[in-house]
Formats: sequence, C-alpha cells, structure tokens
Amino acid sequence: MITFMNNSDSEEEPCNERTSLMSAESPPVPSYQDGLQASEAGEAQAHRKRRTGSSRSPNNIADGDTSDSGVPVRESALENEEEELTLKYGAKHVIMLFVPVTLCMIVVVATIKSVRFYTEKNGQLIYTPFSEDTPSVGQRLLNSVLNTIIMISVIVVMTVFLVLLYKYRCYKFIHGWLILSSLMLLFLFTYIYLGEVLKTYNVAMDYPTLFLVIWNFGAVGMICIHWKGPLQLQQAYLIMISALMALVFIKYLPEWSAWVILGAISIYDLMAVLCPKGPLRMLVETAQERNEPIFPALIYSSAMMWTVGMAKPDTAARGPSQQTWDAAEDGRENHRSPLHADSQMSETRSPVPTRPITSFEELEEEERGVKLGLGDFIFYSVLVGKAAATASGALYVSGLLTISPFLFSSLWQGLCLTLLLLAVFKKALPALPISITFGLVFYFSTDNLVRPFMDTLAFHQLYI
Amino acid sequence: MPPESQEDMGQLTYAQLIFSAQAVTRTRAFFWLVSLLLASLIWFISVHLSDREDAKLQYGLLIFGAAVSVLLQEAFRFAYFKLLKKADEGLATISEDGRSPISLRQMAYVSGLSFGIISGVFSVINILADSIGPGIVGIHGDSPYYFITSAFLTMALVLLHTFWGVIFFDACEKRRYWCLGLVVASHLLTSGLTFLNPWYEASLVPIFIITLCTGLWAFVTAGGSYRNVLKCLSCKGDAGQGGVYNGEGALVLFWWVSVPF
Repeated sequence: MITFMNNSDSEEEPCNERTSLMSAESPPVPSYQDGLQASEAGEAQAHRKRRTGSSRSPNNIADGDTSDSGVPVRESALENEEEELTLKYGAKHVIMLFVPVTLCMIVVVATIKSVRFYTEKNGQLIYTPFSEDTPSVGQRLLNSVLNTIIMISVIVVMTVFLVLLYKYRCYKFIHGWLILSSLMLLFLFTYIYLGEVLKTYNVAMDYPTLFLVIWNFGAVGMICIHWKGPLQLQQAYLIMISALMALVFIKYLPEWSAWVILGAISIYDLMAVLCPKGPLRMLVETAQERNEPIFPALIYSSAMMWTVGMAKPDTAARGPSQQTWDAAEDGRENHRSPLHADSQMSETRSPVPTRPITSFEELEEEERGVKLGLGDFIFYSVLVGKAAATASGALYVSGLLTISPFLFSSLWQGLCLTLLLLAVFKKALPALPISITFGLVFYFSTDNLVRPFMDTLAFHQLYI
Repeated sequence: MPPESQEDMGQLTYAQLIFSAQAVTRTRAFFWLVSLLLASLIWFISVHLSDREDAKLQYGLLIFGAAVSVLLQEAFRFAYFKLLKKADEGLATISEDGRSPISLRQMAYVSGLSFGIISGVFSVINILADSIGPGIVGIHGDSPYYFITSAFLTMALVLLHTFWGVIFFDACEKRRYWCLGLVVASHLLTSGLTFLNPWYEASLVPIFIITLCTGLWAFVTAGGSYRNVLKCLSCKGDAGQGGVYNGEGALVLFWWVSVPF
C-alpha cells in the first residue's frame, strides 16, 4: 500500500490550514469550499507521486494538502514554479521508493543466484499442502489453484481476526503478536540465512562468534524497529527483513503456486482496500474513528514523521495506512512462517510516541516523505526472485521486473487520480495490483518471447 | 462527489494533465520494451512457422527480425513524440502564460538517452553476467575480443540512441521528414553493420564514425555552435552545450536522475 506522508505543519497549526484555505479564495485561484477541498487536495496530490493515506479527521484534509496550500497556488504567476515543484517532487518520490525496493530486490536476486539453499526444494509450507510433482499438467494446475485458495483464505481469516482484535481493543495481544514475529524473523531466519551463506562460501565460524553476531544484529534490529533508532538503520533493517521473508517465500512455495498466489494476492489487495466491507478498509475506518494510530506499522517510510503532537491528524493519517498494510501483512505473515503459525512477521511498528523525539531535527529537513508497505516490498521481491530462480531466468528479466513496478506505478497513479479527485476523502491505495500484474505479464512474455530473440542476437553479436 | 464548479473542473483537468505528463515521461523505457516485445513476437512466430533445420533460413529470419525491430523502435519513438506533444500542448493551454513547463528539447535528449540505456542494458547485461563465471572466451574458434567489442558497441549504441532522439524530435517539430528518414536509415545501417561481426574492422570502425557524425549533427540541431562550446568552456553565462539544457539547473538535475525511466 502506498501512502503519502507529509511533514506538514497541520498538526501544530490547524488554523494555518484554515487561513491558507481561506486566503486562497481570491481568483484566479480556485476558491476553497468544503467540497473543493477534495479537488484541491487532489491538486495537491498532483504534486506528489504517491497518494496519501490520510485520515478523515476534521483538522486535516490530506497530508498533502496542508503543506501544499503553502505552495503558492494562489498566484498564477507562481504556477510555473508549482509545476516545476510537481515534477520535481514526483521524481524525488520515485527515487525515494525506488532505491529501497531495488536494494531489496538486489539482495534477493544475489542470494538466489549464489546460495543454492533457497532454490532447493525442501518441502512445503503447511499452507500449500498440495504437491506439484504430478504427472499431468492439468493436475498440477489444479493443485496450484487449490494451494492458492488455501493460502488466500488463511490470509483473509488472519486479517479478519486482526480486525476483530483491533475492534475489541485487544492491543496487548496484538503487540505481543508483533513482537514475537519480529523476534522470530530477526533471530531465527537470520541465523538460517547466515548459516547458508557461510556454507556456500565455505567460511568457518565458531559458535561464540555466531552467537555474538546474531545477538547483536537481532537486538539492535528489535530496538530500531520497535523503538527508536536512526532512520537509515531502521530502513536498512526493514529492507533486510523484507528480503528474508521474500527468500522464505521463494524457497517454500512451489513453482506454479507461487505465480498464482502472486496474482491472487494483488486481486485480494485491491479488494481488501477498496471494497466497503473489505477487512483492511474496515481497519482503516475504525482507526480513523478512534483517531489513533494503533499499529506502528511495518511500513517503510522514507522520512520521519511529525508525530510530535501524537494526537494529531498526521499520526492518525499515518495510522490507517499502516494498519491497512499491517493487517494484510499480518495475515500473510502467518502463513509465511514455516514453523509456527502464531508468530507474525515483524510488522513491528514502533510505538508512535517514541519516534518523534529522536527525529525532531530531521523533520525539519524532510519535506515530504513517502511510505510503502513492506508487503509490497516482499511481493515485488518474490516476483523478481522467482524470475531469477527459474533455470532460464536471464539477468535482464530480473532487471526488467525490478524496474517495472515503478514504471507502471505511474500509470496506476494516473488512473487513480481521477478517482481520488472525485472522492471526498483520500485513502490509502493498494500498490500491488497493477505493478504485479504488469510484472507478471512482462515476466512471462519476456521469458518466452524476448529471451530467445535476444539470446540468438547476442550469439551472433548483433545489435538492434 | 462530482466536481462542484467550473474551477473544480479546471483543477481536475490540470491535475490530470500533470499526472498524464508524468506518466508519459516515466514510461519512456517501456516504449522501447514494448517495441522489442512485438519484434520478438514476430520473429518467434516466423521461426515457428518455418523450417527449423535450415540454418541459412534461420539466419535470414534473424536479419528480418532485427530489421523489424529497428523499424518498430523508430515507430515507438515517433509514438512517444506524439504523446509528449499532446501532453505538452495540454499543459501549455492550462498554464497561465501559455508556456508549458516541460521543454521539448530536454525531453528529446532524455527520451533518446532512456531508449539508449534500456537498449544497452538489454544488449549487454547477459554478457556481463556471463563474464563473471568461469570460462574462456572464443575457445571454439570465435573471436577472443567478444567482451570488449560488445562493450564498445553497446556504448556506441547508447550514444547513437541519444543523438537520434534529439534529431528525431527536432525533425518532427520542424517537419523535416528527410531527417526522419535519415535517422531511420542510419539506425538500419548501424544494425546492419553489426552483422559483419566478428570482422571488427568493418563493423566497429564505421559504427564509431557514424556515432561521431550523428553526434555532431545532433549538436548542431540542438542549437550548438563553436561559440557555444567556447562560452561553456570559459564558464561564461549559462550557455550549455548546444542549448540542450537551459538555465533551470535544478530541473535539469532532477531530469538527469529520472532519466532511465
């Protein structure tokens, strides 16, 4: 899920927003009426590449709005500058998200290509019980579809469970769940990963050293993710655990099931976030009603947030998007764990109040940040990793898939913009569907059509 | 909730235009990829419909496939130009002073560069990946200079795409169709010259000559001149090379960053 995070002053000065809204009433600037806030916000959004997942709190129209009203929309002469800002920030946000997702994909592809453990078939998750070692194609297809159905239903059940927990305010349970899952991820999966990498490169390591390394890595990770830590370190940890999770998926999901699951997940993402009774949307709305950010999300954020005033719309805005992603993540996470169904992926969200204190100064510099749910990281990486893992996976196929989500996300945003403009409220939008769809389409077409062509050309050293 | 007023609609269209412009600019590389996809589809079909055993026929089909791919690339470059022009005009009408914020010259350069980069990436990345692994180049009697010549060829191709982009857009703007034809012809010629590999003297040298000439032509087309170069070198004023980029330094910088897309 993509949300747009904005370090606006809205929380601190709600009246500023009002005044800015009011002063914008002079022509030729479009006058600010209540109904127009949406289009104004939409226009503000036009300046951002990502949609905002802001809440419907009365003080805040959209995260994007408020700071954007600071942008001289009022003056027609300044529109050019504004357009430049639009294009400038649009590009900036692509970069801000492009780098971490690419890093994650690079880690996954590099591991897949070098460590053979992750391409060996060592059993399957209990969530995909049907084996694909069947003689006939039809049977195999049927099995993969059944696997997908089971997996998706488990995800749905877990998400609904999470929504219920949230509705009935079982916060402790949820927190414990998250901490357990992040513990498992940071310690156990890292241990396995490190072991396999050492095996591949035939490097000997004694247990005390191993213990020291893993302990430090895990402890610092827990602190960074759940509590306070430098922004870059937190981002690095989030990238690492996304990569670990993606690797687990790549290893334990059988071939065809993985592709079908990817497709099904994007459809599910679309429905869960946009349908009125979708669990994720209900989560978002509940959070909005309560005006609180419940789950410090496992959301990758490129800039720290203005969470100083805690009860401010900003955090509330952050909350829903996080939750939305969160619930999906939680849901998916459960299946991912091959060992224990209970542990959640480290969807650790640091308790919101603690974060701002460390990052107060940084907020001044960061103007607008973007957030992307870690589930998106993971599934993009699974897509790319699977492409790299298949025997015929040429490198440029993986490279192509790396770029494709970003290229197509812009199309997606273009499509969504009209929706957004016509909507009164802004909401978080699913990032998966279009990107994964195009990724899949391009993967299969490139693998079967382009690759033989390019290989033949390269064999004769021909250039086109 | 539908837009409530005329200004509402204006904002809507404005925002839509900004977004479509962004969408257009961000999908540059995919135009090339789609052209490649179509060309490989055509080649694939033709190969499957023909006799697999006949090596000469297969080679001929390969040449045919390469030619089709070149033509499709140019066609998609033209399509991209049309799309950009539309977005440009739209933005110009919406903006207050009738001037669109995107400079077509810059877009020409950037689109050429992105075509070049993605084409180069596709050509060379598998070779690069293979060059890591253990092996001996040319052990079966092929040329031992395979890697280095591939590198040089890719570089030439990337530069050529950039220059062609500039010339192409300018030719379309000024409706000089002979320029267009010349660009397509030189692309076909370059691709054809690579068929002379591994006779590298006959292929590499002419290709580099073509690159130089096209570079000079693009430089002149973009408005450059000897004086400009001197001015640039002596750091006077903000005359960039051939006027490809103007004084909007920040905009230029970020276009550079967003270039590969």
